[in-house]
Amino acid sequence: MTAPLARIDHLRITATGEDGCEIVIVPDATLSVAPGEVLALIGESGSGKTTIALSLLGYARPGCQIAGGTIEVAGQRLDTASAEELRSIRGRTVAYVAQSAAAAFNPSLTIMAQVIEPALIHGTLDRAAAETKAKDLFRRLALPDPEGVGDRYPHQVSGGQLQRLMAAMALITDPKLVIFDEPTTALDVTTQIEVLKAFKDAVRDLGTTAVYVTHDLSVVAQIADRIAVLKGGEVQELGTTEQILFAPTHDYSRALVAAAAPRTPAVAPAVEEKPLLDLWGVVAGYGGTNHDGSPRVKILDGIDVSIRRGQVLGVIGESGCGKSTLARVVAGLHAPTAGRILLDGTPLPPVVRRRSRDELRRVQMVFQSADTALNPAVSVGAAIARPLAFYHGMDRASARAEVARLLDLVRLPAALADRLPGELSGGQKQRVNLARALAARPDLLLCDEVTSALDPVVAEAVLDLLIELRRELGLAYMFITHDLEIVRAISDDVLVLYAGRVAERVTRDGLRHGAHHPYTRLLTASVPELRPGWLEETPARDAAAAGGARMRDMGCSFLPRCPKAVDACAAEMPPMLIEDDRRIFCHRSVDTLAGR
Amino acid sequence: MTLSPLVSLIGRRVGASLVTLLFVSLAVFGIAQLMEGDVAEAILGQSATPEALAGLRAAMHLDQPAWERYLEWATGVLTGDPGRSLITGLPVWEMIAARLGNSLTLAGLTALVSVPLALLLGIVAAVKRGTAFDRTISIATIGIVSVPEFLIATLAVMLFAVTLRWLPALSSTRDVHSTWDLVRVFAMPVFSLACFVMAQMVRMTRAAVIDALDTSYAEAARLKGCSPARVVLRHALPNAIGPIANAIALSLSTLLGGVIVVEIIFNYPGVARLMVDAVATRDLPLVQTVAVIFCIAYLLLVTTADVVAILANPRLRHR
Ligand SMILES: Nc1ncnc2c1ncn2[C@@H]1O[C@H](COP(=O)(O)OP(=O)(O)OP(=O)(O)O)[C@@H](O)[C@H]1O
Ligand code: SF4
Ligand SMILES: [Mg+2]
Repeated sequence: MTAPLARIDHLRITATGEDGCEIVIVPDATLSVAPGEVLALIGESGSGKTTIALSLLGYARPGCQIAGGTIEVAGQRLDTASAEELRSIRGRTVAYVAQSAAAAFNPSLTIMAQVIEPALIHGTLDRAAAETKAKDLFRRLALPDPEGVGDRYPHQVSGGQLQRLMAAMALITDPKLVIFDEPTTALDVTTQIEVLKAFKDAVRDLGTTAVYVTHDLSVVAQIADRIAVLKGGEVQELGTTEQILFAPTHDYSRALVAAAAPRTPAVAPAVEEKPLLDLWGVVAGYGGTNHDGSPRVKILDGIDVSIRRGQVLGVIGESGCGKSTLARVVAGLHAPTAGRILLDGTPLPPVVRRRSRDELRRVQMVFQSADTALNPAVSVGAAIARPLAFYHGMDRASARAEVARLLDLVRLPAALADRLPGELSGGQKQRVNLARALAARPDLLLCDEVTSALDPVVAEAVLDLLIELRRELGLAYMFITHDLEIVRAISDDVLVLYAGRVAERVTRDGLRHGAHHPYTRLLTASVPELRPGWLEETPARDAAAAGGARMRDMGCSFLPRCPKAVDACAAEMPPMLIEDDRRIFCHRSVDTLAGR
Repeated sequence: MTLSPLVSLIGRRVGASLVTLLFVSLAVFGIAQLMEGDVAEAILGQSATPEALAGLRAAMHLDQPAWERYLEWATGVLTGDPGRSLITGLPVWEMIAARLGNSLTLAGLTALVSVPLALLLGIVAAVKRGTAFDRTISIATIGIVSVPEFLIATLAVMLFAVTLRWLPALSSTRDVHSTWDLVRVFAMPVFSLACFVMAQMVRMTRAAVIDALDTSYAEAARLKGCSPARVVLRHALPNAIGPIANAIALSLSTLLGGVIVVEIIFNYPGVARLMVDAVATRDLPLVQTVAVIFCIAYLLLVTTADVVAILANPRLRHR
């Protein structure tokens, strides 16, 4: 084996806590990267992935310090280097692609100015040569409009494009090592696959050595040669991608791989035929209304949905398609401008303050960010007891017993009732949120991305809990997510939204075969599979059209990205095609859409 | 790319300021009406007979309904003729013009000294966050903010004029014959005002720059190998312009209040003194006009800051 390009030996990184005492973030980490290889660092959040990756730049986040061990990149020691030396290494020998390019680009400078900045500071190229090289990289990274994109400002470019532009910025100085820090986590699956392809091609063509930080095993399977599994700042297992994926030896690696594997769908309990919730022609938006009562910015248009008692409806679609708005409309947090909401056949008032206590009780919502949904000054027990008093008029003693029961229901120890939210982990907080919603004894639970902020292993547990609760309590869920795997695991029916309109409604089993809306096909084809080589087999798509889906007033909104479009698509609203277990809104025939 | 949304946004801000000004003038006029006693009583003294008072009021049009007097005064202000002083009979505008230059010099000199110094201190404190320098600045500025400006002025007089006898206790622009005189005359009022104004500006600038330095793009710049100076000047500052402009405007607007106190303490012949005297004699046209001038100055500052913040925002500049 050739000498490693980068090596970390017994690295120890500590932070100074608020009370001045030392917190160990990385106790003892050792790993190395060979020239030309892609090493993935994988682990849950808080496992020290980013901290270790940043140490390869000789950098520790404010408040942290590299307290021991050695870091060596391309023959240079970084742990003992002076500020001056580090500056000459950063952006030149080692470059960094941040998790959120949208935040890592300076809003007041043009993209080109920022992309060529490393080359100019390090004097590797003059301005003209740097710009030529940048445009070449833009082309290589499959960016639309490689000539003109540099003149734009970051807010004028989509998230997926910014992520690729950030990679161009990193590659402009031909660095020996590039650190990718969760570069696709913030992206939609359909965008993620394009970015991944672009990264992989660029890394392969340029022979770049890379460290790729992520928590997503299926992404790692596509891009990495070797994987280091991290937990608590220590390397649990280090091996080739094949070995970790197919023959993990360490317990934690096994748990990770198990969490990433496709789940066996939950057995669906018998569902009643009577609809619990009905939405008819719901229209909603933001920014006030026009003269005709339609919203200025229309987010949802003509949504018909029905959920039966005890049924789980998965709602899926890319970021900004209106998923959360839909949940907020049902919860009464956002008044629709048109359409009707029926609960058990009786109309629900559009806004919360006109709903009766019982109507409020029957529809409960659990939010994406467990953190902000809980009042940090109110103990867990008090937070759960509040709906008990409000909806069921319980006194303190019986509320206390009920809180204990609810905590047990969400698999939390009763002792947690006295803690403040700040003293809980992310997964625990989300369970508390769930317990609070369940305290009302609702019929319908609106779950908006309840697992997306959680680590895969923790998310898995919360998902299992939801499935069990449904079985025990006969709850109906509207389950909003951008993760197709989760939808497949938990829902009976799937509603696919595109730019604020329903594209398709299909049963879970129907998702696997038969005719589908072209967007559903794109979506299912974009979810990375947990095996190397999948990315290569997936056909390339027109990168330019992705992202920034807009609702069109006339015709089908999916038209700019649709491979099956016909003339009628631009002029007329797509009609509803009815096939036994699915409803598809498209101008093409069921046979065409089934590929028959 | 079209400029029109930007122009309409700025237009709306300016329009809002004009509307504010209208309400302020109404409020000023209303409050002036509420003051105890009137100019007739002030002129004729306590022993005046009711007949004499009524006669004088009629002569001064004080018996007209309030809204008529407001309209008359407001159109006067708009056409550049806010009427005559009820006491001296001189045109109000003439009396103000004679003093306005003095006040503007005082405020202008203070701004000239304090703005660059405050920005520098604020930025350096932000860059050197947590160091002894930063802590000293923080403590000093908190100290100064919590001391009222009249106390600073009084302490300055006691120290430099009474104890050390370096500077004259009273400031009169008539004594100015050389640059040295100018420095001597203005040193204390400007010092007292600048102390107060700067403390706030330093704190707000520091906060704005720290916010910009804590962003991901500042971190990304560091990880590209940018030098600390480059991170501050090229990456952080352009994004802190809006908040800094706001800090300057807010601090300078407190300068307006400070000018009143300082002019009184140093017996400085500016507009603020004029207004205080006019309040004592219930010379309403003068009081109202000076008050409106102060409001215009305030709105001008705040609106300029808003417009700068709009222009500095790339999302608004480049749609
Ligand atoms: N308060 C608001 N004012 C104006 N526009 C808003 C507001 N809230 C959301 N939007 C816009 O409405 C659209 C739909 O938002 P929504 O939150 O429903 O999307 P989503 O499908 O839940 O996306 P994500 O997957 O990112 O959570 C987006 O374009 C968003 O920018
Ligand atoms: S209606 Fe036309 S554009 Fe829309 S999905 Fe169907 S074929 Fe594609
Ligand atoms: Mg959402």
